[in-house]
Amino acid sequence: MATAAFPLETATTDSGSLRRVALDPLSRVEGHGKVTLLLDDAGQVQQARLHIVEFRGFEKFIQGRPYWEVPVMVQRLCGICPVSHHLAAAKALDHIVGADDLPPTAEKLRRLMHAGQILQSHALHFFHLSSPDLLFGFASDAARRNIVGIAAAHPEIARQGVLLRRFGQEIIRLTAGRRVHGTGAVPGGVNRALSRAERAQLLAEIDQVIAWSRQAVQLVKRLHAADPELYDEFGTSRSNLLSIVGAGGVLDFYDGRLRARDADGRLLADAVHVRNYAELISEEVKPWSYMKFPFLTAIGPQEGWYKVGPLARMQNCDAIATPLAEAERREFIAHGGGRVIHAPLAYHWARMIEMLHAAEAIKDLLHDDDLSGSELRSSGARHHEGIGVIEAPRGTLIHHYRVGDDDLVTMCNLIVSTTHNNQPMNEAVRRVAQRHLNGHELTEGLLNHIEVAIRCFDPCLSCATHALGKMPLQLELQDASGRVIGRQGSAPADLSSAAGST
Amino acid sequence: MNAPSLLLDGLPVPFSDGQTIMEAATVAGIFIPHLCHHPEFKPQGSCKLCTVKANGRYVSACTMPAKDGMEVENNSPDLNDKRRTLLQMLFVEGNHFCPSCEKSGNCLLQALAYELEMLTPHFTQFYPDRPVDASHPEVLLDFNRCILCELCVRASRDVDRKNVFALSGRGIGKHLIVNAESGRLADTGFSLADKAAHVCPVGVILEKRQGFLQPIGCRRYDLQPIGMQVGRPPATGSSEQGS
Repeated sequence: MATAAFPLETATTDSGSLRRVALDPLSRVEGHGKVTLLLDDAGQVQQARLHIVEFRGFEKFIQGRPYWEVPVMVQRLCGICPVSHHLAAAKALDHIVGADDLPPTAEKLRRLMHAGQILQSHALHFFHLSSPDLLFGFASDAARRNIVGIAAAHPEIARQGVLLRRFGQEIIRLTAGRRVHGTGAVPGGVNRALSRAERAQLLAEIDQVIAWSRQAVQLVKRLHAADPELYDEFGTSRSNLLSIVGAGGVLDFYDGRLRARDADGRLLADAVHVRNYAELISEEVKPWSYMKFPFLTAIGPQEGWYKVGPLARMQNCDAIATPLAEAERREFIAHGGGRVIHAPLAYHWARMIEMLHAAEAIKDLLHDDDLSGSELRSSGARHHEGIGVIEAPRGTLIHHYRVGDDDLVTMCNLIVSTTHNNQPMNEAVRRVAQRHLNGHELTEGLLNHIEVAIRCFDPCLSCATHALGKMPLQLELQDASGRVIGRQGSAPADLSSAAGST
Repeated sequence: MNAPSLLLDGLPVPFSDGQTIMEAATVAGIFIPHLCHHPEFKPQGSCKLCTVKANGRYVSACTMPAKDGMEVENNSPDLNDKRRTLLQMLFVEGNHFCPSCEKSGNCLLQALAYELEMLTPHFTQFYPDRPVDASHPEVLLDFNRCILCELCVRASRDVDRKNVFALSGRGIGKHLIVNAESGRLADTGFSLADKAAHVCPVGVILEKRQGFLQPIGCRRYDLQPIGMQVGRPPATGSSEQGS
């Protein structure tokens, strides 16, 4: 199959004569990544790439481990959305232990756990990571452009963000045993139910959580309305969409069949069982990034790349099962005027509608007495292979395992959400670089535009816990020979002293 | 005539004839950290965690008979520093990855690390390559976590009369083996009902397919620190599992 090539992916002129600009590391994203730009003498962008520079190796070292350890081990991929990995693994292993139909108590507890995950992750991303860009401006004072700055200028918004996240984490704690990296889902079901007292404790807060989630949707809508040109155009590139949808075509984060649409919204594939994911999508490897580039096999790598996550889910489903979120979805779709919305900044809008849906779904679930049931697990005939799919906060997440008769894992394949969005993020970077950076003297504020585009996708670049909030933006200017000729930003002390800074 | 007693950290602790310092302390409700000691088995004093100072000399509390008037130092910074160092060496010699270990919360080694406030491994990790033995239909052996306490060796030899386990090699090369020509547990007479299947204080001998069925918060050392559980036999194998 032909290798895909995109404008600005690789410079057409001699790269040795171009100036290299690196944004390394990216800030206010999960994990480690960098962007490199090659500029010609006139300051025109000739090449723009988002690189993922970490290598984790989970797929390898899970081999040879007992299968029941997997949901707890693989969730360590991430400190932000461990529940999604935990549940995707458990779902894959359900099939291994023959538990294709979970008891209602188990399935509803898992759905609750996952809704808590969506709520806390979306709140974290919007309020802590992205709201500084959106509320202060992309090129505003970098010293203020963070959650501390938000707390000073918009204390009520910051407070709601923190408390929404806390509520989601509390749901995870009560269903999984811990706020981060719990053990609640086991192959075939769950290991504990919720008591009535625990449900009452959560229910006491849920109406406030729903109210704040509604306000968050309104806030994003106000931002869109205030500058529609920016919000509809910034970094926009047309692509296919992929997600799972639940029974009846509703938005479903926990379970469903794969659906793909083209850039105009026409169905490309529907009701594809996740066990057939390998026929639906393929992956391309490029020498300059550790992250693969997935595409829809039937279309090919050049045209088959797609978006996942809130923007894809919101436009892939036919409806949302909870009333407040459904009303917001309709308004969102109406904003597109009959066309698919591809704007990266609309991810925030879709994300907040999803947060509202998660809050409403949590309320419905908490009223369900099945959550306090006693039948926690099921089992049946063993299988040697299991595939689990879930809609993680950032998009479709697929876990695929093979297990031997001795109970040890022999194969593991993880296709994580951010991988699906690799090409869309690269395209967004190129659009922004072309539109906002070409011919300008590069400033921190201008370069932040690139990061704003990446942040829209809420990438979990390696699902790392240690990076959050500790990653200063660092910009290096190198001449054609690779010599550092300038540096901007709060570089580590040992690097700052290595060369003169600008 | 008064019952004999020793002074443990300045407190008089009575004992009966033939008791060790460990046994006297346990009856008195005083915790002495230990790994290879188990009240149901003959003490062997190999892990050295229970080292105390008796009349000024370092001795193993689990093997040293109590003597009338003996002055014993137990809970002191000096001894706890040494115990912490022993724990750190045990942690780096094996692959003790508590975050994904199903024994977490029921593990004696982990509980002691918390009790003795071990905050880092301190030493360079060995990262040994020790494949698991999953050949047995009911029991998994994960050699990565072995601390060479020999409780399984003693249980299989002295209680089960099967001699399934042994230590082989010397010094740093010492390791747990299975007494079968193939080296596989499936090729021995081992059974889940054996005593040896339920004495491992860490996560080596595990009943299969249990994993994390017991939730966080219900595990033995989730409920109470080990130092407050004096007198209870160590958490062992699959007998602590299940919800």
